Amino acid sequence: MRNALIAAGLLLLILSGRAEALQVFACEPEWGALAAEIGGEAADVFTATTARQDPHQIQARPALIARIRAADLVVCTGAELEVGWMPVLLRQGANARVQPGSPGYFEAARHVRLLEVPARLDRAEGDVHAAGNPHIQTDPGNVRAVGIALAQRMAELDPAHAALYRTREQAFRARLDAAMARWRTEAAPLRGVVVAVQHKSWVYLLTWLGMTEAAALEPKPGVPASPGHIAQMIDELPRKKVRMILHAAYQDPRPSEFVSGKTGIPAVALPFTVGGTSQSGDLIALHDDTIRRLLAGLRANAQRH
Amino acid sequence: MKQISTITALAALLALSNSPAMAEDTAVQSIRQEIARMRREYEARIESLERRLNQAEAAPNRAASVPSRAKRRGETQSGRATAPTETAGQSAETPAPPIIQPATVPAGSTGSAGAFNPGISVILNGTAAGSRRDPANYRIPGFALSPDARPVERGFALGESEITLSANIDQVLYGALTVSLARDNSVSVEEAFIQTTSLPGGFTLKGGRFFSGIGYMNEQHAHTWDFVDAPLPYRAMLNNQYGDDGAQVRWLAPTKMFIELGGEAFRGDALPAYGAVNKGFGSFSLFAHVGDDIGPGGEGGSWRVGVSELWTRASGLASGADSFTGTDRLTIIDGVYKWAPDGNFADRYFKLQGEYFHRVEEGRFNGTKASHQQQGFYVQAVWQFMPRWRVGARYDQVWGGAPGAALAFTPWNPRGHVGRRGSLMVDYSTSEFGRFRLQGNLDYSTGKYDPQVILQYTVSLGAHGAHAY
Repeated sequence: MRNALIAAGLLLLILSGRAEALQVFACEPEWGALAAEIGGEAADVFTATTARQDPHQIQARPALIARIRAADLVVCTGAELEVGWMPVLLRQGANARVQPGSPGYFEAARHVRLLEVPARLDRAEGDVHAAGNPHIQTDPGNVRAVGIALAQRMAELDPAHAALYRTREQAFRARLDAAMARWRTEAAPLRGVVVAVQHKSWVYLLTWLGMTEAAALEPKPGVPASPGHIAQMIDELPRKKVRMILHAAYQDPRPSEFVSGKTGIPAVALPFTVGGTSQSGDLIALHDDTIRRLLAGLRANAQRH
Repeated sequence: MKQISTITALAALLALSNSPAMAEDTAVQSIRQEIARMRREYEARIESLERRLNQAEAAPNRAASVPSRAKRRGETQSGRATAPTETAGQSAETPAPPIIQPATVPAGSTGSAGAFNPGISVILNGTAAGSRRDPANYRIPGFALSPDARPVERGFALGESEITLSANIDQVLYGALTVSLARDNSVSVEEAFIQTTSLPGGFTLKGGRFFSGIGYMNEQHAHTWDFVDAPLPYRAMLNNQYGDDGAQVRWLAPTKMFIELGGEAFRGDALPAYGAVNKGFGSFSLFAHVGDDIGPGGEGGSWRVGVSELWTRASGLASGADSFTGTDRLTIIDGVYKWAPDGNFADRYFKLQGEYFHRVEEGRFNGTKASHQQQGFYVQAVWQFMPRWRVGARYDQVWGGAPGAALAFTPWNPRGHVGRRGSLMVDYSTSEFGRFRLQGNLDYSTGKYDPQVILQYTVSLGAHGAHAY
């Protein structure tokens, strides 16, 4: 049995040959999409999770250990988002190139300004992240900043394609900048709109668009709402002039929909990351779709009155 | 730099679109020109701010520690000119959130003096149990058990409290220590090992005291198990869990499918070995694990199967008045399958696992040369049917082969008995860090029915543990 496995392993190794492309292991779909934008043909990007999965709670699956083993570059959010699974993968993946501190280990959160850094670290506050809120990809400005740093890192690791990475990143940035100017106009009606969120995943989006978060359906981050807290929300949201309830595609929509049903405030499902909805296939489409859905939510709210 | 200037430009645009004059003029072209102009202006300002920030960050010790309250205020102010919420004149309802996080702060650092402290996690657990038969008299016909291999104690009982310290030692080593404090106030070292992180070729070396990589559950700490007690084959053949002083090598194949091979050498002190025979090299193991995802992102589930072999030697291993000197060869076949809707384990998931044990002991039983075989298996399923709530069922069984006449009047004679047990459990997690569990066993491993009910709490404090698959 064991000998057969060794033989099978060696055979696979020989058949697959030495990989030419830069092997990128992306923890979340947004970084997989960004690495693919920058890397093009020169990078082989594997994304560990899908937009339908809660990135806090991923199993350290055998397939991920095997992919870590092959990676030249690991791209994760950081800020403790993957604290429940990445340390195991990195220890079991037996790959010196991608250990924290190596050039092959890239944390996106280090290249942006983190919001909601807790003043008090206590598990009684729920699932708080010491470094700040890690859900940075909902602001395209953050994606832009991470892209610049990521292209630099990829160029460093794969000098043969450095020019390609830089050119592709600049092209992506130009498209993103044009889109951001457009989003600014499109999203103008969202300015100052008060919303409630299911989980505190949206601070970067809301800050970007100038929206206000009045309440969270989770009493503490990561703690599901109790019936009492939901009842309080049903009472509170209309008084706070909340006009939408936001939740991510990977989250159970029922709390949002329940409160929506009781208050008439529209519940809006947002893609959260690339692939969260069928219309959010890449990083530009992600924000296109997010703004479209927010505007639709606003219109639904207006029709209510 | 560019990021800040973008934010500034956006903030400026926010301010523009808010002003009545611009609200009327929606021509994109003019807005773009305005942005370009403002970007030039702000870039000059930001450059000077960034220079100041760099100077501040370059000051010793500042970057490595979480900003003090006063410092944070200061930084918020310096960040204010660029913070979109501020420029845009956001309503006073939300406190200004932006706080500059220096990019050089290591994640998880909590203070300059403690910045390099290892991650500390503490596991506390306790049980309240009732059973028809006294666990002190527990035995499984056909097996020579150690006093540790028995059901959960009756009444209130503190479980093993564990303290784990772990950290990267340097650029090539990782280390962890787990100290276990038992109910009788004894302290034991459960694991204390160092492990390489940077060997080439997919190799990992581990040395010290650690749980062997054989089987599936053996390497997992008991507090991560899905049931209060170990399955019968683990209890009867590995004294619950096999760990010892030794060294391990693992090799991970460079394939897309997970293929791992490993081997271990142990001192041979821990059961089923005994007496550190062979000058302190008493036990050896080999194991192979294969696993993969089903579908992209594991949306169709994920699995792992393995086969392991453990060779141990015992010298004068006593069980009551009986003793055994000889070799012990254990084969384990293990498998686990996990599934969640869309591969999202946050709300609902299903986990199926099972292991089969086969053991051959050869040597002198009470001085008489003999050999005999033992077998066992368990299969268990756990279903998280709503966030925080799980139910599980387990069936386990162990049995020994008929020994020769020489062993007829020893514990190794099962007299045709097959030890069986069925278990049901339901548990509720207050968070990722706290769990309460109610488990019922119908235990027929002794030869007489013994219903058992166990209530257990297991909590973890401190560093966020990452769990192996």
